[in-house]
Amino acid sequence: MASGSERILEVRDLVKHFPLTQGIVFKKQIGAIKAVDGVSFDLNRGETLGIVGESGCGKSTLAKVLMALERPTSGSVVINGRDIAKAKGGELKRMRRNIQMVMQDPYTSLNPRMTVGDIIGEPYEIHTDVAPKGDRRKRVQDLLEVVGLNPDHINRYPHQFSGGQRQRIGIARGLALQPEIIVCDEPVSALDVSIQAQVINLLERLQNEFNLAYIFIAHDLSVVRHISDRVGVMYLGKFVELGKDAEIYDRPAHPYTQALLSAVPVPDPEGREQRERIILQGDPPSPANPPSGCRFRTRCWKAQEICAEEEPLLQIRPGTTHESACHFAETHDVVHVS
Amino acid sequence: MKRTSTDVLPGEGALGDEPLLAVDNLHVEFHTRAGTVRAVNGVSYTVAPGETLAVLGESGSGKSVTAQAIMGILDMPPAVIPKGEIRFKGTDLLKLSEEARTQVRGQRIAMIFQDALSALNPVFTVGWQISEMFRVHRGMSKADAMKKAVELMDRVRIPAARQRVHDYPHQFSGGMRQRIMIAMSIALDPEVLIADEPTTALDVTVQAQIMELLAELQRESQMGLILITHDLGVVADVADKIAVMYAGRIVENAPVYDIYKAPAHPYTKGLLDSIPRVDQKGQDLYAIKGLPPNLLDLPTGCSFHPRCPYRQDNCVTDVPPLYEISGTRGSACHYWREVLDGERQ
Repeated sequence: MASGSERILEVRDLVKHFPLTQGIVFKKQIGAIKAVDGVSFDLNRGETLGIVGESGCGKSTLAKVLMALERPTSGSVVINGRDIAKAKGGELKRMRRNIQMVMQDPYTSLNPRMTVGDIIGEPYEIHTDVAPKGDRRKRVQDLLEVVGLNPDHINRYPHQFSGGQRQRIGIARGLALQPEIIVCDEPVSALDVSIQAQVINLLERLQNEFNLAYIFIAHDLSVVRHISDRVGVMYLGKFVELGKDAEIYDRPAHPYTQALLSAVPVPDPEGREQRERIILQGDPPSPANPPSGCRFRTRCWKAQEICAEEEPLLQIRPGTTHESACHFAETHDVVHVS
Repeated sequence: MKRTSTDVLPGEGALGDEPLLAVDNLHVEFHTRAGTVRAVNGVSYTVAPGETLAVLGESGSGKSVTAQAIMGILDMPPAVIPKGEIRFKGTDLLKLSEEARTQVRGQRIAMIFQDALSALNPVFTVGWQISEMFRVHRGMSKADAMKKAVELMDRVRIPAARQRVHDYPHQFSGGMRQRIMIAMSIALDPEVLIADEPTTALDVTVQAQIMELLAELQRESQMGLILITHDLGVVADVADKIAVMYAGRIVENAPVYDIYKAPAHPYTKGLLDSIPRVDQKGQDLYAIKGLPPNLLDLPTGCSFHPRCPYRQDNCVTDVPPLYEISGTRGSACHYWREVLDGERQ
């Protein structure tokens, strides 16, 4: 995979809190859902950053803030040297061209009353200077061909396509403005198993062809490993571990990553009785009221007093080569233990 | 164990050679305005006590419809069962009266649904819904039934069950709701439990908790478990044997170890080959080409032939029977020998 060294996205201390209010006439804020609570990372041209974590950990909110669909509470999202979180009006509109999104559910993210041509061509209606009017139909047909659909189907409606084909339509729409970054929020989880591989192959081919950078959010860890150059593991609004794919999967240092990896069922029954399983107790705490210190300590088997008092920072720890946020970080290969 | 008015069924222990549950050549059709949807076309499988059968298939393969036919919860019409038998301890459930089936449903054969939030009634407390099983089937008083509900919630490890029994479904997390579904399904000690995608809506960490709980309950009570799923990982973890379904047919059945080592049907092989592996990084994944068939208009011959790399001329015309490979294995492919010997991708 091409991973140029040119940095195109810099996220620093990104925070998104949703206020919890009480009262109808006189609203007063009684707290906040800390959906994203201090996330920093970089993304290079042509690179894929996978983001994994349980539901409610803030993955999708992070995606929305990166897209400037939500304004961050604080922090910055710098794309090619400019902060999209502070951009307004025409500047914001221009910057959005550069970062596009592929949604999870191809059944609800396409308007059933619009033809495929209108759906894929809609970005050109908004960004009129990208393609002149007479040229648009041709462009849409080219895009259909790029994602492996028949260009003659331009006048069909979404219901005439299968789930995998609809996801291709969603990808074509994401490509329309020739962005440099595409945020994929669970792009294959709504698809049948036999179709998932087709869409993943398409995403990889497009990345090579157009030198795209992906933020790839998914809960299927084997898919994330396949497509990602680096992986970030999120827990309650923060990255607990961030590193190259092999570092995260083969040498995880944070207890949460280890538990997450060990919980993934291995598609091979051989030796299943001996396999190590770290079964976490309970559910993640509420993001409205996260635990003090380390957020994972309430479910962690390594937790000690310091974990409640001092918040572990995301940094390279002794004995590891990548960043993790645990006072007692220790690499432990959970997947390949036999 | 007290069983009430289930006299229509043979007594305990009179099983003989008959498996606990046997589905035999089952056909299910839906008559719709657009035509006849043949959702299940001759499915057969068996489950023994304490055994886990995984039914693997994509959406539209007929795996859930088969389960609903076993439970007797298909809407008829539009569904019609033109042929087939579902034998529970030797008795064909399809020939029983509706009254007798109600006795089987929930008491002897129970089911867990995929989406616990929509399967639970939002306007009743979970305690009320669990205890309903005891009130309706066992004629218990409200207070006794509620006590049993607390016991069951303890058994599926819901913390602080005594307080939480009065909570409503929306007050629980997804994993906890699925535990409540499990509590309801095991309330009357069923002999067969059908779990229809029990963990698909859950996170992997919660999935691991739920699968462990199911395995433990199964060990305690020696239930036969039918696990319906599309997740090859979950199957490899818990199944004793597997039935792979495609377009309403079983295309391959085998003990779990055999199928992962050497699949004997091109579809199974394709599914296994399309799982991303570490050494394939940066390469294209193997993908089964094409799309699952339209059940209104199934391909002639083998339903898989338009997508199959092993296709020959007779696949287009002859429907392959389930060839016996060994005593415990079968494959519905004319060329299963080639598939079995073929290289894995």
